[in-house]
Amino acid sequence: MKIEIPHGALVVLIGPSGAGKSSFAARHFLPTEIVSSDTCRGLVSDDENNQSVSREAFELARSIAEKRLALHRLTVIDATSVRREDRHPLVQLARDAHVLPVAIVFDIAEKICHERNALRPDRDFGPHVVRRQRREMLRHIRNLRREGFRYVYTFSSPEDVDNAVVERTPLWTDKTELTGPFDIIGDIHGCYDELLELLERLGYEIDTTAESICVTPPEGRTAVFLGDYGDRGPKTPEVYRLVMSMVADGTALALPGNHDVKLGRYLHGRNVRVNHGLAETLEQLERVSDGERETIKDFIDGLVSHYVLDGGRLVVAHAGLPAEYQGRSSRTVRDIALYGVTTGRTDDYGLPERIDWAADYRGDASVVYGHTPVAEPVWRNGTLNVDTGCVFGGSLTAVRYPERSLVSVPAHRTYYDSPRPISPAVAETRDEGVLDISDYLGRKVIQTRLLGNVSVNELNAAAALETMARFAIDPRLLIYLPPTMSPPETSRLDGILEHPAEAFAYYRERGVGQVICQTKHMGSRAIVLLGMDTEAFTNRFQVDVDRPGIVYTRTGRRFFNDDETERAVLEQLAATLTSQEFWSQHETEWVALDCEIMPWSLKAGELIRRQYAAVGTAATSALEASIKAVQAAAERGIDVGELLDRETGRLESTRRYIRAYEHYVWPVDDLSDIRISPFHVLATEGRTYFEKPHSWHMDVLARLCGDGNGLLFPTGYRVVDLLDEQAVDDTITWWSEMCASGGEGMVIKPLAGVARAEGRLVQPAMKVRGSDYLRIIYGPDYDRPENLARLRRRSTGRKRGLAVREFALGVEALERFVRHEPLRRTHECVFGVLALESEPIDPRL
Amino acid sequence: MLLTISTTMPSARDLGFLLHKHPDRYQRFSLAFGEGHVFYPEASDDRCSAALLVDVDPIRLTRGRRGTVYTQQHYVSDRPYVASSFLSVAIAQIYGTALGGRCDSHPELAAQRLPLEVQLPVVPCGTEDEIIGDLFEPLGYDVELKRLELASAGATPEASRYCSLALTAEVRLADLLTHLYVLLPVLDDDKHYWVGADEVDKLLRRGAGWLETHPARDAITRRYLRRRRPLVLDALAKLAEADESGTTVDEPVERNQDERYRSLHQQRLGAVLAALRGTAARSVLDLGCGEGRLLELLRAEPQFERITGVDASSRVLSRAARRLRLDTATTVERERLQLLHGALTYRDDRLSGHDAAAVVEVVEHLDQERLSAFSEVIFGHTRPTTIVLTTPNREYNALFDEPRELRHRDHRFEWTRTEFRGWVETISARYGYSATVLPVGPEHPEHGPPSQMAVFNLAGKETAA
Repeated sequence: MKIEIPHGALVVLIGPSGAGKSSFAARHFLPTEIVSSDTCRGLVSDDENNQSVSREAFELARSIAEKRLALHRLTVIDATSVRREDRHPLVQLARDAHVLPVAIVFDIAEKICHERNALRPDRDFGPHVVRRQRREMLRHIRNLRREGFRYVYTFSSPEDVDNAVVERTPLWTDKTELTGPFDIIGDIHGCYDELLELLERLGYEIDTTAESICVTPPEGRTAVFLGDYGDRGPKTPEVYRLVMSMVADGTALALPGNHDVKLGRYLHGRNVRVNHGLAETLEQLERVSDGERETIKDFIDGLVSHYVLDGGRLVVAHAGLPAEYQGRSSRTVRDIALYGVTTGRTDDYGLPERIDWAADYRGDASVVYGHTPVAEPVWRNGTLNVDTGCVFGGSLTAVRYPERSLVSVPAHRTYYDSPRPISPAVAETRDEGVLDISDYLGRKVIQTRLLGNVSVNELNAAAALETMARFAIDPRLLIYLPPTMSPPETSRLDGILEHPAEAFAYYRERGVGQVICQTKHMGSRAIVLLGMDTEAFTNRFQVDVDRPGIVYTRTGRRFFNDDETERAVLEQLAATLTSQEFWSQHETEWVALDCEIMPWSLKAGELIRRQYAAVGTAATSALEASIKAVQAAAERGIDVGELLDRETGRLESTRRYIRAYEHYVWPVDDLSDIRISPFHVLATEGRTYFEKPHSWHMDVLARLCGDGNGLLFPTGYRVVDLLDEQAVDDTITWWSEMCASGGEGMVIKPLAGVARAEGRLVQPAMKVRGSDYLRIIYGPDYDRPENLARLRRRSTGRKRGLAVREFALGVEALERFVRHEPLRRTHECVFGVLALESEPIDPRL
Repeated sequence: MLLTISTTMPSARDLGFLLHKHPDRYQRFSLAFGEGHVFYPEASDDRCSAALLVDVDPIRLTRGRRGTVYTQQHYVSDRPYVASSFLSVAIAQIYGTALGGRCDSHPELAAQRLPLEVQLPVVPCGTEDEIIGDLFEPLGYDVELKRLELASAGATPEASRYCSLALTAEVRLADLLTHLYVLLPVLDDDKHYWVGADEVDKLLRRGAGWLETHPARDAITRRYLRRRRPLVLDALAKLAEADESGTTVDEPVERNQDERYRSLHQQRLGAVLAALRGTAARSVLDLGCGEGRLLELLRAEPQFERITGVDASSRVLSRAARRLRLDTATTVERERLQLLHGALTYRDDRLSGHDAAAVVEVVEHLDQERLSAFSEVIFGHTRPTTIVLTTPNREYNALFDEPRELRHRDHRFEWTRTEFRGWVETISARYGYSATVLPVGPEHPEHGPPSQMAVFNLAGKETAA
């Protein structure tokens, strides 16, 4: 006998003691899948046969089963379960978890059971026990389906048990192996002409000349119909015909809508009220043959409530589906998928009052649905309603997945009056950008594509909360934060802390053949979010601002303190991108750029005065005075040892230190004094660019920068083949010259962008700073031998670990953003970057 | 950093005896934070100068063990170059005997006022020159100071916060060293080590005989003890006792605008408390509770059965916890008064279920673009029956001694009376509250009150007690 067990089901073994349930279970299921009443008796009382703890044992079994089912894990209940009242709570358990209950009955002769029990010393009960159990079992055994079991299997002999084959089957709703790409089409309601137009717009070829209609999708694509094919509109049979033929050809998936189910019941001869446009359908069906009506009936019968697609990342259901019902099976799941979550009340228009489940949706899967017409489809918390009320004179809309772009065709006319006003668009369903604090406090584990789980500890999260709350920009705009960057291992060369050789070696050892070396501009790191214009920006980011973008710092603060400057900068950038046709070339209306903004003094002027220049001042005067004093002593013939040389050397270091920061300081009177150097195209609508080689980024950005006389300033770079010694030497010379003329140094990155070695992420970038620049970091005298020796003892390990984790989180944030995932999911990653960068604080009081 | 002490006394080279350092030798001394060097740039019988050069190890400052020396985050620091508490410690260790006034070979010289001159090339002294004169002139020094120019941080030359300083006086060497020992950290307004109770004794010992009657006594004490209030009060009381002239001790606070803000703040808290008392609220939130001044007042009111303070800064919250002595509170007290680390721009279910909320001088610390998130969280989600909110009245700023655009560095905006009223009306309409706007503090006929308060009530709820 073949026993099919649907995924995540609750399997109840039914039979008297000694019927062979436990050995059957042990043979076919994992020990952890089996919840045995005897084991539970043992767990609570140290005696597996202690009948006096049955209640406690059952409570424990129930509790384990409940948790497993909630996690959608197959669970086998190994108890006698011979009485109806024993089974009732188990069926309820399955219903509550929306999983299928399966019964396996062990109808084994009493004698065999008794013999087996007699062999076991711990089962010293008399034959009357088994007799009673069998009697009870047989009393209701024919009604198991009525009790709620969806599958019932019965073994009549030990041979049956031995020959049984258990097969685990996926649920009908489980189409996770289908990855698309999909074109998901909203409620059609007999609008056949619009459907043909839409399919053509989507690139489907439609051949109506053939005997039966034949639709050919663009390479590899699959259509998904969200249900409600008929009623109200003019050509219901034609719509069914097309949908059915595509499903039969395997070029489409179809879901049932509430209207389809009602038609199905009508066709089954059930008593249904002919309203809400069913009359029109019935009239149109007069024209088709009985045979075709029968086909439609069978087609509707075979429709599955919802589908889980693309590895669980996409769920489609006619009326949408809250997370807890996705991939589950129960009457409730089907009803919700068809009718939505309702309160049981009716609204002012006599229609069921619906709960706005999408407002609180927190599932990982994106949900695309229809059912309730909306004026304009808007992603909310990762859900999208594409029913744009074609039959009511709106339009027929499809969403492309994974692109998430919308395609729609307007209705040719209003075929039917909407029973209630169509929900107005965007404004009222807009997410206010308000997030829940419980998503960010405490220890968090964030799933990333690049690195798997990245965890953020509680104390760091608390610190990030403080920064976010007090200083960061609107979370709707904070879609990315850059990672920290590690220097290479300390150089072995005399008097030098950082040198390109170690960075090149790092990458070479990890199999990275080509790197890009970019000039490290010494300004302030900034992320520029830019829309084609203010409207494009505010639409995509759903914020109310009167400028076409925002510039923010690496800690998420507004870069420009003054609105006017920011607006002017953004408008000029938008104009540049427009004139370079950036928007059309990249099919986008916005872009996120990773940049350095110069001069350093623009953002850090106060810091430079208060700290760097102050130290320069104090050091110069102090050293000049001490040199004078030491010189005087030396002239008197006092042996001052190395003191004079040392103080003279320190003065020279101080002069170099002052020159180092002076390079990065210039007054900013207007925009022409500001330079913005973009070095990475982070994202545009629907995509990120981390997989593009850096040379691609440099090309695209060089075009935008032009001659560098505008606001945008190009980044110097070289692509280096690490196996070409000459090229490596030339680059080191390039670096030395750059540093000697006051440059900060360079950044080295794997040319390919994201690189791995033995499965582990390689540093996405490494900075190699010039020796004079480092005076700004480690102090004017850092390269005196006694200081350098100690500074060399720095560990790059921690910083590298952080850099990789922050990089993975930043990429994840952007990827989630371009997939239109809910704000809280993007914010989680950005929050994570900020948390990793924060010094931990203890918020516990 | 360098300290040069010169004298033109007859047989000037005897300075070597006084300092216990031979004029013709270069000597090195090891210090906890670096090294000291002593040598004489000149040593004739007419004029003799002793130089004390102190090296502060910059790496040890950053990487040093916490607890012994204050570690700092940044390697770029002025500490190795400026006269500070490091120099005081070096004086005590290297010129210790001279500082104590002992000179066994020439006791008469040690007891005698001598013509002495001090050169300090870099002294930190804020932006005002007067302070140096105020410190040294009453002690009989001629003061010569030169402001140092900032090492090119921009196109226009700018003054730095450093001066070079020369002091001359007829003074005992021990007194001179004592004065430097006490006053250098005072000028620097910092110390590189933890200031505890023993610093009071040190100050009293070193200040004996001159500090009691010094006109800047209070300021010196305050800065020397790093403004640690209990220490300052203790030291000042003892100094006053020793001062035979009988001046009384004033409250050691700088009587300036801070003082006025403080009393304004008290008035504001009074107004908020009165507004809350006038409701039937049994549970109350203090959103942005800071160090817990309002919480303290609320706790004293039996009307409130549950009091919750919320702040985004955990540092401030732990100060509040100390102030409210939560560590030693009973379970009942802790259940009644709680502190939460939270942010007012994130929805927070822990805030739900309170009858009233106080939002005292908080909104102006939020970026204006984030105000909608704040109102959505508090008025839309938390929805207490009563919300009492205060914020400064920008118009009133014109009346301050030094009028400023905004009253606090972290204020992102301040509202005029009209702007505030406009916001209150919009919010009330959007979230179904009714509101009254009230002045806080004395009203100026033209500029209005210093602060303004709105009391919001959820429409349709009975709020009066």
